[in-house]
Amino acid sequence: MNIDSIQNGIVIDHISAGKGMKLYSLLGLDQTDLSVAMIRNVHSNKMGKKDIIKIDADLNVNLDVIGYVDPGATANIIRDGVLVEKRTIGQPEFLTDVIRCKNPRCITSTEQELRHIFRRYGSGDRSIYRCVYCETKAE
Amino acid sequence: MKAVIDILDLSTEEIMELIATAQDIIADPDKYAHACDHKKLATLFFEPSTRTRMSFEAAMYELGGHVISMSSAASSSAAKGESVADTAKTISCYADIIAMRHPKEGAALVAATNASIPVINAGDGGHCHPTQTMADLLTIYREKGRFDNLTIGVCGDLKFGRTVHSLVGAMSRYPGNKFILISPEELKLPSYVKQEHLKAKHIPYEQTTDLEKALPKLDILYMTRVQRERFFNEEDYLRLKDSYILTKDKMKGAPENMIVMHPLPRVNEISVAVDDDPRAAYFKQVLNGKYMRMALILKMLGIRVEKA
Repeated sequence: MNIDSIQNGIVIDHISAGKGMKLYSLLGLDQTDLSVAMIRNVHSNKMGKKDIIKIDADLNVNLDVIGYVDPGATANIIRDGVLVEKRTIGQPEFLTDVIRCKNPRCITSTEQELRHIFRRYGSGDRSIYRCVYCETKAE
Repeated sequence: MKAVIDILDLSTEEIMELIATAQDIIADPDKYAHACDHKKLATLFFEPSTRTRMSFEAAMYELGGHVISMSSAASSSAAKGESVADTAKTISCYADIIAMRHPKEGAALVAATNASIPVINAGDGGHCHPTQTMADLLTIYREKGRFDNLTIGVCGDLKFGRTVHSLVGAMSRYPGNKFILISPEELKLPSYVKQEHLKAKHIPYEQTTDLEKALPKLDILYMTRVQRERFFNEEDYLRLKDSYILTKDKMKGAPENMIVMHPLPRVNEISVAVDDDPRAAYFKQVLNGKYMRMALILKMLGIRVEKA
């Protein structure tokens, strides 16, 4: 399967197979008209299978979203067809306006202007995110 | 100090400092009668409350300060659609300190983030009610003389009961304590509370539906009311509201030196006949709540009175 190399943009690589679509959606890529390739279940020597997202545009990607969905995924910044920066994304301590609190008793359910902020508790597989206002766990 | 949203915002040292101040107030209230002269407490209660609001107001009056308040949420600017953030900014122009109760969880944090004066959470929905826990802690300290090596039974609505969550959190910071969690299946202590406060600190606990079996093991029995306002479904409330009723007869199975606590108001979960039992400590809790609120107001306003 061939997807053209991009000139200027970002390649999100080493996404655990199956998490690409969630990342695609949380990054808001479904809301843009940019040239984006979502590649699923690519063979990987290290991971077996992986997903890749290629964004052919100078988009300011919220790296926290990547760290939240799939810590360990890499963001490769491409300029003039050359890889200029490669970052492995860790789990962010706070997530702002990435996910929404679903607790109907939370103050964010009535005060529309409030930012939806979640804080991480723990790390690695055992980490969870809780709403800073009501402490409800993120789904 | 900018805000107290959760009891865990206060360290165990700060709790002891507040207890020392409260006990000094009890010993010599006259010394504190003008400690807050010319200071104003704004009580913002967006949800009905009798004891918490009056306790805060009595506390401020006994410190020589003044109280400004709104009569009800319906008569406030909130009814016109004003946000909590704007209300907090506005009240900061009038008062020196805010005590706020709001039905939404996290409302006190929003107020504290936006106010330029200290904010005390007087209850934010089912989330936190730190000054109730302060009342509980002073009661435990005065009645038992310590915070460690106690077996604490919490009974009733452990799912929605914010006072229970806060008490478990606060008492899990002291060594040697054990918890017995007594509730119907549907109202068990949420797993995140168990995980964060009990499992993570390896604190022993047992869960049971049987109050009478648990009673002989307890140093403290903390009863709670099943609160109608926490249920979305009236049927569930009606089915669960009378799960536990502590009677004089059941108290025969309790140790002589056990104390019975309750955040009040009670409906029928403690029989009135138990009130005369010397182990009943729930009305002492009410008084202790006022003293702890006095101590907290002083601390948050940065007012120091020399202790005896």
